[in-house]
Amino acid sequence: MSITIDTATQQIALDEVPLSQRGPAPQRVVAGFGFWLFLLSDIIIFSALFAAYAVLNDQTNGGPGAIELFNKRHVFIETACLLASSFTCGMMVISVDRRSAPSTYFWALLTLLLGLAFLRLEVSEFSDMVLHGAGPSRSAFLSSFFTLVGTHGLHVTAGACWLLVMMAQVATLGFRPMVMRRMLCFSLFWHALDIVWIGVFTVVYLGAHG
Amino acid sequence: MTARNLSNSKARRSWGFLAFPLLALAGCSHGVLDPQGPVGENEKLILFDATAIMLAVVIPVILCTLAFAWWFRAKNRRAHRRPDWEYSGRIEFVTWSIPALIVLFLGGIAWISSHDLDPPKRLTGAGAPIEVQVVSLDWKWLFIYPQEHIATVNQLVIPVGAPVHFTLTSASVMNSFFVPQLGSQIYTMAGMTTHLNLLASHPGTYAGISAQFSGDGFSDMQFDVRAVPAGEFSTWVAGTHDAAQRLDAEQYARLAAPSVRNAQMAFGQVSPDLFDAVVHGKGTVPTSLSASPRQDPGTNP
Amino acid sequence: MFGKLSWAAIPLNEPIPLITVGVLIVGIVGILSLVTWKGWWPYLWREWITTTDHKRLGVMYVILALVMLLRGFSDAIMMRAQLALAAGHAAGYLPPDHYNQIFSAHGTIMIFFVGMAFVIGLMNFALPLQLGVRDVAFPVLNSVGFWLTAAGVLLVNVSLGVGEFSRTGWLAYPPLSEIAYSPGVGVDYYLWSLQISGLGTLLSGINLTTTILKLRAPGMSYARMPVFCWTALASNLLIVAAFPILTATFAMLLLDRYLGFHFFTNDGGGNPMMYINLIWGWGHPEVYILILPAFGVFSEVIATFSGKPLFGYRSMVMATMAICVLSFMVWLHHFFTMGAGANVNAFFGIATMIIAVPTGVKVFNWLFTMYGGSIRFTAPVLWAIGFIVTFVIGGMTGVLMAIPPADFVLHNSLFLIAHFHNVIIGGVIFGAMAGYTYWFPKAFGFKLHEGLGKAVFWCWFVGFYLAFMPLYGLGLMGATRRMQHYADTSWQPLMIVAFGGAVVILIGIILTVAQLVVSIRTRNRRRDLSGDPWNGRTLEWSTSSPPPVWNFAVLPVVSGPDAFWRTKHNPKGPAPKYEPLEVPKHSALGFTVAFFAVPLGFALIWHIWWLAIVGLLGIVAAVLRHAWRVDLEEHVSLATILEHEQAQQLRAARA
Repeated sequence: MSITIDTATQQIALDEVPLSQRGPAPQRVVAGFGFWLFLLSDIIIFSALFAAYAVLNDQTNGGPGAIELFNKRHVFIETACLLASSFTCGMMVISVDRRSAPSTYFWALLTLLLGLAFLRLEVSEFSDMVLHGAGPSRSAFLSSFFTLVGTHGLHVTAGACWLLVMMAQVATLGFRPMVMRRMLCFSLFWHALDIVWIGVFTVVYLGAHG
Repeated sequence: MTARNLSNSKARRSWGFLAFPLLALAGCSHGVLDPQGPVGENEKLILFDATAIMLAVVIPVILCTLAFAWWFRAKNRRAHRRPDWEYSGRIEFVTWSIPALIVLFLGGIAWISSHDLDPPKRLTGAGAPIEVQVVSLDWKWLFIYPQEHIATVNQLVIPVGAPVHFTLTSASVMNSFFVPQLGSQIYTMAGMTTHLNLLASHPGTYAGISAQFSGDGFSDMQFDVRAVPAGEFSTWVAGTHDAAQRLDAEQYARLAAPSVRNAQMAFGQVSPDLFDAVVHGKGTVPTSLSASPRQDPGTNP
Repeated sequence: MFGKLSWAAIPLNEPIPLITVGVLIVGIVGILSLVTWKGWWPYLWREWITTTDHKRLGVMYVILALVMLLRGFSDAIMMRAQLALAAGHAAGYLPPDHYNQIFSAHGTIMIFFVGMAFVIGLMNFALPLQLGVRDVAFPVLNSVGFWLTAAGVLLVNVSLGVGEFSRTGWLAYPPLSEIAYSPGVGVDYYLWSLQISGLGTLLSGINLTTTILKLRAPGMSYARMPVFCWTALASNLLIVAAFPILTATFAMLLLDRYLGFHFFTNDGGGNPMMYINLIWGWGHPEVYILILPAFGVFSEVIATFSGKPLFGYRSMVMATMAICVLSFMVWLHHFFTMGAGANVNAFFGIATMIIAVPTGVKVFNWLFTMYGGSIRFTAPVLWAIGFIVTFVIGGMTGVLMAIPPADFVLHNSLFLIAHFHNVIIGGVIFGAMAGYTYWFPKAFGFKLHEGLGKAVFWCWFVGFYLAFMPLYGLGLMGATRRMQHYADTSWQPLMIVAFGGAVVILIGIILTVAQLVVSIRTRNRRRDLSGDPWNGRTLEWSTSSPPPVWNFAVLPVVSGPDAFWRTKHNPKGPAPKYEPLEVPKHSALGFTVAFFAVPLGFALIWHIWWLAIVGLLGIVAAVLRHAWRVDLEEHVSLATILEHEQAQQLRAARA
């Protein structure tokens, strides 16, 4: 059974047709939306870890508590690095839109360095704590702290690796649509990590008590 | 599908859902439908009332399903077809209202009964209240009577008519203390206490189990609940005081070692803070013989 | 070098797993040899293993589900046999540590690898066709999702022959699942298999949600989508929102087990109650993930075979989305007996009942869809009627247990087991079988044998009642779940009846296989030449059976719900204008990622760290290789399209 469809009706002026009826969305929209959904699912993973932290953060098992361990100055510098890297990431996206390779590499490199600085600070904080007997297996509080903050750190690490790959892709494949879609997704990821970090330092570091 | 097939099928289907109440009646003895105390009796009442209310909708729905399917079968020339009928505001109103009203009513029952039958809620009874501390171990039950200073394993003796207040904990993994004929169960968890109140209205021996899977010896976590007249209870307590065994830290550590099919035991004396130590220590109590890590279970003779 | 792995991991002194593994190995080697001998590898590789076509992936998901149904059901019948025997002092034939693995495997396999695989397979197959588009949003990711699920399946089955499976039930509650109380590899098999396949499921959820929201034929607004697409949307939104909770919770348990963390341990400040809250925060939406697509299938089947539009489309949609949202607000009803207190218990009990309202509305709407229709009693319709009758009973017992004090005497009893099998078999399995039968001709070009299909239904229907009605009674008699033996011999007769029911279901499963074999052998008698074997209402029936890779040469323009019904009865407009197309190219990424995920998972389970690194590097390499692929689409020429269209018109004329 064949359908005869009036394809001429597809020529209606687009702005009269509601968005939901315009047919399949362009690939850039689809990719961005799908990535948003992935980010939302990632944020739910973080929510579960935040919930665990909220439940366990006073279970110090006789060991050190938040107020003894956290250095607000250290965290402030970490935060500054990450927020700055979001700014540089934004500049990178502008460069990508303008298809300017040198500018893209420049801002990407800055983003990478700021991200690595953040990681370096976090790793030093963690190793410090472990060396002073405040490792994750010491108490439930420390387990939940290391996992929540550490998962964020792992995401930043993955993001840094991804950024390196993207720089290689720009270098070898140029600014084709596929590469630009991926840069868009990367920037969404990087900004989302920033947002999660704001949650982390508010709940964990600023909320430290007892 | 032929007409005969469908009427056979309807007969088979009605057997299918009649089976439920029939089997429910089959559960009359020794179970949830044969309660021996006020908690269980109230819960049985809720079961029957709620089921009856819902059956008032469920049975007509099932009958309508079969009736509509049968009547509107393609070959039935007498049926009036409405091939474009896809909406009726009145029907929608009714189909949202009926479930909503049922839920409203059952919700009221849920709210009221949740408060009336809340496990920590104390009961009033003819006899003097009894306190029992319960520890679920791998894979047996320890009952400590803090006021009587005795303890038992896999055997719970209570006076008829006395409200029993249970304080429960676990020495290891989660279990659930459950005596189906007396009513509600409650989880036992290490490092914390849960509370339950039950009362046996009639003398008898009732089966108790764990209702939360706890490992290889789980099916053997059976205990007896003996509800006896008050005089017999006092006699039993006095007799137990004569038992040679003392439940101290060392004996407790031996009990805490994994074992299955434990015989019933009785202890004439109990270390006074033993239960609190079990809770605080999350199953282990300070002792020269500390509880060993979980091993292959052996059978306790 | 080999971590915890040693020759002792192979169960040489346990006949049942040994024989099973032996048979499986013979079977698998046999199939692989046959394929090699017949020279089918190039075809299989190109057309199935590396496919990105949603239709083929859907078929593979369903095949996976049916195969795992055999494994999960074997576990079930072994359990029923054990309980039929082990009354009083009898020990049965399965020692506790085996029995405990079997019931844990049964639940895990049935939920994750039968239920989820089946509904995801049906959604994968039908959604793009119903939406009038060519494929899902991310075809390569679709393949990755499928193969990750298959990797999880493989790991669970490897546990049969190497090591052991978990003995902690399908949800692995701590502290029992912590390293102190479960030091073996069983829980690790469980956790890593489900983390791997869970990632696949999450990817699928993202994919299908994006497809429904961003890829629909022109003119298909939300209110013109088939109801199956709405239920699929709700289900996939739940996947995206709930599966991350599972991932996070399992990750926490893994950290406890591997690195000595204290999330859920008894010591160190851990909180096992938190695990229970988190896991059921996933677990309750999970059961709605399973049932919503089944509801969608029934909406399609009842409307199609009644020859009427679905009654109350708008309220069906509202009910679906209400169920979607409410499913996140009821999780505590799985542990009323943990002692949360009257206010909390009552709140969640009432919320649970509220969710019964939209479900009830759906049932009424199905009834009124049948009312005034002209019903054809095909096998899918039998499944639908069987579902309505059975599901309302299961729903009733669920609302009953939603009253906390009722739950206090029924929690974890065989009554509970009967309830959830009532709704899962009566709902999900019946829906899956209906969808399987309904869409089979679209997928393969010929219908399944109708008589055998009806026999399959009756076996499942009668078998279900025989197997589970006794369990309602037993639960009321005080029988709890997960017992390996029981003292009260008066329970034995009902246990034997239940075993009989399992045997009847077994016959149904055998007949399902027989139906498939017979249908294939006699397929010429039941060819679907027109593409519309059931006089359908939705767009998938406007394509050929099977559809071409590109589904629609020209995307249909939709002007109302039941789009195909409209155009069938009001054909208008000039002939379509064909143009060459691009379709997604096949990709080895999915298979390769899964190929390395299996040793990665195995290595993590057995603490073989170097192998884990190899697995991880393999995955990274595969992803990087894919990242540099620039030719992701395949050109379909105008000639190919025209040839297909003309061939289909000739076939349809013969119908």
